[in-house]
Amino acid sequence: MNRQFRLFASRMGFSVLTALIGAGFALPLIWFLFAPFNARAELGIAIPDPFTLSNFAEVFRNGFALRGLLNSLVESVGGVILVGLGATLASYALSRSPIPGKRAITYVLLLFSSVVSGSAAMVPIFLIVTALRLIDTQLAVVLVFAGGLMPTAMFILRDFIDGIPRSYEESAMVAGASPLQAFFDVALPVIRPGIVVIVVWAFVNIWGSFLIPFILLRSSEKMPASVAIYSFYSEAGTPVVTLLAAYSLLYSLPVIALYLFVSWKFGFRFFGGIKA
Amino acid sequence: MATVRFENIRKSFGAFTAVEDANIEVGDGEFVCLLGPSGCGKTTSLRMIAGLETPTSGRVLIGDRDVTHLHPRDRRISMVFQDYALYPHMNLADNIAYPLKVRGESEADRHRRAREVADILKIGHLLERMPSQISGGQQQRTSLARALVYPSDVYLFDEPLSNLDAKLRLEARGFLNHLQRDLGMTAIYVTHDQAEAMALATRIAVMDAGRIVQYAPPLEVYRRPATTFVANFVGNPPMNLLPVEAQISEGMLTCHAEGLSLEPLPLSRAATAALQTGSRLTLGIRPEHLGIANGADRNAIAGKLFANENMGPEALVTLERADTERLTARIFTDDILRLGTTVSLTFDTAHVHLFGPDGARLPFDGEERP
Repeated sequence: MNRQFRLFASRMGFSVLTALIGAGFALPLIWFLFAPFNARAELGIAIPDPFTLSNFAEVFRNGFALRGLLNSLVESVGGVILVGLGATLASYALSRSPIPGKRAITYVLLLFSSVVSGSAAMVPIFLIVTALRLIDTQLAVVLVFAGGLMPTAMFILRDFIDGIPRSYEESAMVAGASPLQAFFDVALPVIRPGIVVIVVWAFVNIWGSFLIPFILLRSSEKMPASVAIYSFYSEAGTPVVTLLAAYSLLYSLPVIALYLFVSWKFGFRFFGGIKA
Repeated sequence: MATVRFENIRKSFGAFTAVEDANIEVGDGEFVCLLGPSGCGKTTSLRMIAGLETPTSGRVLIGDRDVTHLHPRDRRISMVFQDYALYPHMNLADNIAYPLKVRGESEADRHRRAREVADILKIGHLLERMPSQISGGQQQRTSLARALVYPSDVYLFDEPLSNLDAKLRLEARGFLNHLQRDLGMTAIYVTHDQAEAMALATRIAVMDAGRIVQYAPPLEVYRRPATTFVANFVGNPPMNLLPVEAQISEGMLTCHAEGLSLEPLPLSRAATAALQTGSRLTLGIRPEHLGIANGADRNAIAGKLFANENMGPEALVTLERADTERLTARIFTDDILRLGTTVSLTFDTAHVHLFGPDGARLPFDGEERP
């Protein structure tokens, strides 16, 4: 009896604990879903009465906020293209060519990248960008992100490509393909799932980043959405919750859309090898 | 179709020499097997013919063309890979037709040819499938179809049957044999399975530690192995090799070992002259050339019965000799032998092989030195 009770109590305790933790994650999400449709939204959770789109109308009247979303898109797409292209070519070369010390190269790059994209290197980055006369340009933001994310992307992709048998490209070349044809016809389609993972990862990273654009950009019309949110304050200095809520929802939609698109189109699955 | 020539090929990877001093000539329409244990350089040799590796020195010729430094696509070759290397994102039709695609043929032509070849190989009904949706044997046929879909001078095979189960392997082996003879293709085939090499090849190149130790027709390799390595590698179970001591008297050689009685061997005059009494030689006898001795046979060897494995048609009898060396015999008998008893096995001296102190074959009278 005593033992049964203890078992019951420990199960109860565990359930209550997980429920509390779950609630901790769920409450902000619930707020996030309800507040945008509530004209009198506050920081507490309330079911909107009535459901209204007036917050969104307000956002769409705000040119600064809309331009922020567009800027985010420009930076993210630019960064993703650079990272995707650069990492694919670099990791393919690192995986397939007999460069001595190629493992060391990747590890050193990986080590430095965690410094470069972190806040510790903000001052040197700022100085370099200033020296290049790129301060207050989207290009600077794109380049800094690409440089920071590329090593990790290369690391992940190189591992992925290492797992793909060389005999794919070799058989293509024996069959008459040039190295370029072998890459585009055979290697690239097999690597593609890995590239998709890199692209999604890089996009989410750049889309959600605040510090780098905040420091490298000056003019308000170039600010991305992550920085634009920061400006939704009333003259009195209190956050405008209604606007903030609606804007946050809009801000997260592209990421959700990207995930859905990728999982529909590629299914986050790998071809891998064929079991013989 | 064309001939293939290896001229003084050497290939090293850093300090490691994978292939050394290789000279081979493959005739038009020949089926040559490169046979050897893993790491002996046979796959490296094949890859040098394919152009996937470049020799450190030496020349590779296909027909009259020096292809040593040509890109694989310019060599007019086909190759079947050990892992088949089927492209996982293409269906079988596109896989088979890929060589035609890179040659710029129209889609209609490609698919017509792919279907023709697939029908010959009996995978015509699978053309819409993806490689992951077919069995291992079908994958093997698909990669064969891809190699056959365009005309080549030479067909290369890198252990194409090693991923199949035993029954499928036999079937595929017979099929490949028929196909090669039928099309008269020049084929070079890498394998570590001596039975496969014996069954398929017109000539076998046995490789050991980067060197070609014997290059001869299968029966020649079986009947007159050039070294103890070849003797031990070809044949199943492998040839029994016994250390013996030479005794030369009046130009005749007799061999001595514990429990061995052997009449003088008719070694060639030159070979005998090179030996002295006390030379350490190796005597080789194949398991299939040993039989149970009845009483006082002249050419016989004795040992304690270590194991008796009945395989159905024959029995594998293993003797353990005093110095822990073992001796295996393939015997067609139903006699029940008791473990631990001393058994005497007899043989005909016509089936005896003798190897010198360096492991090279010693020629018998009337036998050409290999």
